Amino acid sequence: MNMEKLIKIQLTNIILATVVGFILGGIVLVLTGYNPLEAYGALFSGIFSKPKYIAQVVIKSTPIILTGLSFLVAFKSGLFNMGAEGQYLTGSIVAAIVGSKLDFPGGIHFLAVVVSAVTASALLGAVIGILKTKWGVNEVISCIMFNWFLLYLNNYLITTPWLKKPNAEASYEIHETAWSLVAGKWKTTEKGIAALSGSGSPFAEMLLRTDLNYGIVIAVIVAVIIYILYKKTTTGYRLQSVGANINASRLSGIPVEKNIICAMALSAAISGLAGALTITGMMPHRLSQLRVHEGYGFSGIAVALIGANSPIGCIFSGLFYSMLEYGSSSIQSKTGAASEIMDLVIGTIIFFIAISSLFRIVLKKKKGESKHE
Amino acid sequence: MNSIGVILGITLMYSAPLVFAAMGGVISEKAGVINIGIEGMMTFGAFTGAATGYYLDNPWIGFLCAALAGGAISILHAVACVNFHANQTISGVALNLIGTGASLYLARILFDGATQTLPLKKKLPKLVSNADGTISLDSTAAIAFILVVLLWLYLYRTKGGLRLMAAGEHPEAVDSLGISVEKIRFCAVIASGILAGAGGAAMSLAVVSSFSQTVISGHGYIALAAVIFGRWNPASVALACLLFGFSQSLVVFLGNGTITIPSQVLAMLPYVVTIIVLIVMHGETRAPKASGVPYEK
Repeated sequence: MNMEKLIKIQLTNIILATVVGFILGGIVLVLTGYNPLEAYGALFSGIFSKPKYIAQVVIKSTPIILTGLSFLVAFKSGLFNMGAEGQYLTGSIVAAIVGSKLDFPGGIHFLAVVVSAVTASALLGAVIGILKTKWGVNEVISCIMFNWFLLYLNNYLITTPWLKKPNAEASYEIHETAWSLVAGKWKTTEKGIAALSGSGSPFAEMLLRTDLNYGIVIAVIVAVIIYILYKKTTTGYRLQSVGANINASRLSGIPVEKNIICAMALSAAISGLAGALTITGMMPHRLSQLRVHEGYGFSGIAVALIGANSPIGCIFSGLFYSMLEYGSSSIQSKTGAASEIMDLVIGTIIFFIAISSLFRIVLKKKKGESKHE
Repeated sequence: MNSIGVILGITLMYSAPLVFAAMGGVISEKAGVINIGIEGMMTFGAFTGAATGYYLDNPWIGFLCAALAGGAISILHAVACVNFHANQTISGVALNLIGTGASLYLARILFDGATQTLPLKKKLPKLVSNADGTISLDSTAAIAFILVVLLWLYLYRTKGGLRLMAAGEHPEAVDSLGISVEKIRFCAVIASGILAGAGGAAMSLAVVSSFSQTVISGHGYIALAAVIFGRWNPASVALACLLFGFSQSLVVFLGNGTITIPSQVLAMLPYVVTIIVLIVMHGETRAPKASGVPYEK
């Protein structure tokens, strides 16, 4: 079977799974006394009816597209990265420190924040990789341990006088020079507000009412780079071959250990980037106390799976996931049905992706029947 | 001296949910099915236990219902992994979303739009306790550790247990004896769901007395880590759970603020210790050979 056909089948599976997910979600809505058409209508208008809604979807998709890519990179090399939460935190912690403690001119400061955050999380990833290759520590367990370690580290750091903002359960904000908001400084000036609210264009509304930032552009660029890495380069080929067949790779002279460490470092770096971009691109531009993980890592796994483990697919599945999550609040406010219905729908979609052999069986049966007629 | 008693009691209380869930993980993985959906199953159990316990005004019935609910939702995972030869990880991720989503969705319907249940009048009782809390043993903790012993005996001392482990090591061999690998794996997944559900309820009915969004937050993944840490052996897995339970008890105990070390720093320790122990053990933590591999005749 050629590659194109394979992708087509996967895409068909995902579309079928999505349809089934919405149908089953609809059935749950009916059973619990809600009108599914109304609910899905509310979902749709909650996503598309205003420019600022669309902007919110795009903004919220940025971190999960990246954590999705992060999961994908590890997965391609046969690693299961459950540690995106911790790597995300590493990125955001370093971003908050560099962003609030150092002074650079605008632009350069942003770069400094991103580079240091990505480096730190890449190092964390390399440690996880070395633990695995040198000492046989399963990456799933070390990832989970680091997730909690970093959660408490985050909570600890923002209680220290060095980082804690007085009278707040949070760190200092990063300086404006490190922001990645579109027209970040200008739009908060009186002149900017006047110009934006006067113009009436949809883009002005987005700027005025949301944290529209450059993060999405970076996320898309990263996706394209990953795509090229696997498609066109021998480095990418090596990274992938370690995941496809570790023994064959070893026999053909590919340094397996080195590639595992690199894959984990790259994967973690991308999650760290997600953390950094959230700090630079979104209010309140600081760290806060966390009781539990924010869930970006686990959403990332879902994004990678719905995106059929393709880097470009992650962009679309990240947007899709973000739409459902963001739009779900409108379901609740307009129809009263709980917004968690969308978690059920997403879960069902992934479940049917997992058992997509079902579709093949059903289709085969249909074909068989039509032959008999 | 008194503090040691208090910490011990809290440690056991916090370990119990993890032990239940981790034993579920052991059964499932020993039979050859990875169950990363434990988190979702625990959440669903925690919710069902708290909700039924509240409405029927009896925590024990709640506990039973939680186990049943965990078993019921795990049927999805069993069907996917056994009948459809699905990727077990993907199915597990789906179960996590479905379990959590269903719990919160139903909570909002049953409890007036809140993502939490109302507290029970009575929690699951303590077996032994004294007034100042220096001696305390939760009934859930007692059940959990009896379960560990029973599971160990079952796995290593009975025919059924050996067959279950064979299904996870060498399914072809089991098959060639005319024993159904599918049946073993299916039952093992359901059993793991039942235990995960019970573990969730051990949290929502014994540690606290209601379900809320954060009652189960990562406990399933910690249980999963404990399974690997304990190398799939019920006794060592239970020890690993105790370590994590200890960490939570430290946070609770020191959160009261009598000691000057920040509680967050202490809370980090067990996770660091785990990694160091794993490095020192420096062994292959070998999973059951066919764990994660769908069995197709």
